[in-house]
Amino acid sequence: MQTLEPYLAEHPFLKGLDPHHLNIIVGCASNVSFDAEQYILHEGEEATNFYIIHQGKVALEIFTSDRGPITIQTIGEGDVLGWSWLIPPYHWHYDARAIEPTSAIALDAKCLRAKCEEDHDLGYELLKRFAHVITQRLEATRLQLLDVYGVH
Amino acid sequence: MKSIITEPMIPKPFRIHRKLKETHDTYTIELESTNGADGFPFSAGQFNMLYIFGVGEVPISISSDPSMPKMLKHTARSVGTVTKALLNLRRGDILGVRGPFGSHWPVEEAVGNDVVIVAGGIGLAPMRPVLYSFISHRDKYGKIILLYGARTPEDLLYKKELELWRGRFDLEVKVIVDSASGNWRGNVGVVTTLIPRIQFDPLHTVAMICGPEVMMRYTLKELQNCGIKNENIFVSMERNMKCGICLCGHCQFGPKFVCKDGPVFCYDHIKELFGKREI
Ligand SMILES: Cc1cc2nc3c(=O)[nH]c(=O)nc-3n(C[C@H](O)[C@H](O)[C@H](O)COP(=O)(O)OP(=O)(O)OC[C@H]3O[C@@H](n4cnc5c(N)ncnc54)[C@H](O)[C@@H]3O)c2cc1C
Ligand code: FES
Repeated sequence: MQTLEPYLAEHPFLKGLDPHHLNIIVGCASNVSFDAEQYILHEGEEATNFYIIHQGKVALEIFTSDRGPITIQTIGEGDVLGWSWLIPPYHWHYDARAIEPTSAIALDAKCLRAKCEEDHDLGYELLKRFAHVITQRLEATRLQLLDVYGVH
Repeated sequence: MKSIITEPMIPKPFRIHRKLKETHDTYTIELESTNGADGFPFSAGQFNMLYIFGVGEVPISISSDPSMPKMLKHTARSVGTVTKALLNLRRGDILGVRGPFGSHWPVEEAVGNDVVIVAGGIGLAPMRPVLYSFISHRDKYGKIILLYGARTPEDLLYKKELELWRGRFDLEVKVIVDSASGNWRGNVGVVTTLIPRIQFDPLHTVAMICGPEVMMRYTLKELQNCGIKNENIFVSMERNMKCGICLCGHCQFGPKFVCKDGPVFCYDHIKELFGKREI
């Protein structure tokens, strides 16, 4: 577990975090890897982890009955996967599938939620960082919705 | 660049030599002069007015290699009356060409720098001549990075060339689409999200952007966040055109005329106009 600390300390998502808070996060973290085509999470399932992608590529998909799975976004090295673990009822809203062999750091959601309840400063720090990720995704989604390359 | 057409308002007849389907609504047409002229010198980023007899005239960028002026290519997307008629023409049909008009991409000014090209949709067409120029003088530049966004994998232009470019060790090519079915292995999202994933020297980088204005606006923001200076960012603007030679005023963009001062502008020169609603 100790080996994760230097990586997490330097990761843009966690950079600048108080060392005490970083220690708590490291305590909830583990290395995971996924084969190409392996599903990391499924829509509707409980959000038990969130992930910091270390290497590889992951497709976020929504399954549609007429068109099958539609990829709405791909994420890769350095990106954060999932914020449903933060928001009740803690269920995933899409599927995530590794499209390349992918390694990541999984952060245990129950463990982190409990720590955030105990230490609101940690909760606030994490929420600020997730708010930034969510804002970026929202901005990108708006641009996608504009269908800028369509004929208008 | 001096036009081979002495009378800039009179279209010269060109014959369609080849027509290549790029996507469901976009074709590349290869033109040859009907009088066996030597060629059609142009600079990367310039456009021609293509006249479909009896229908009308549209500005279309030249998408071929500037070092091969005998092979004049345009890639056009069918969006309305004239472009539909243009793409309904067949091999052997004649159309009128006026040009080349407008400014060009800063191919020379970029020498010695890294280059980041960001293209969206049909915006890759005016970028292709730049890529040809960079590739044929590859040793003059630092990194060359192409970021290309399209609507879906089916809407990607120049698929074979993209594959070739991606295969080169001296080019970095990243493609992204707005949405895709499950069997697409590439990136999905907006083209701006690719910018934080690339590495270049921001103080010695020239960026060139071509695509829908809203895409260019967000791309500019992202490039500026990376530290590229406004004077090193170039954009290609589109406005309705009629004369192409700064006579009619149709293409006015504030105090500028897109047909003469543009379509390629240094962002620093138009930053007060760019994105303004009333212009
Ligand atoms: C300098 C310059 C270079 C250009 N280069 C190219 C090129 O290389 N390839 C190419 O395909 N087009 C290019 N265009 C755009 C092209 O000129 C227009 O698509 C064309 O004039 C439309 O004419 P139309 O009669 O077919 O459509 P219109 O009947 O004028 O318009 C029909 C519909 O299409 C929409 N429309 C018009 N233009 C566009 C557009 N550019 N994008 C999306 N929707 C549009 C209109 O809003 C309208 O709803 C360029 C434009 C400029 C100014
Ligand atoms: S098109 Fe006539 S002034 Fe530009």
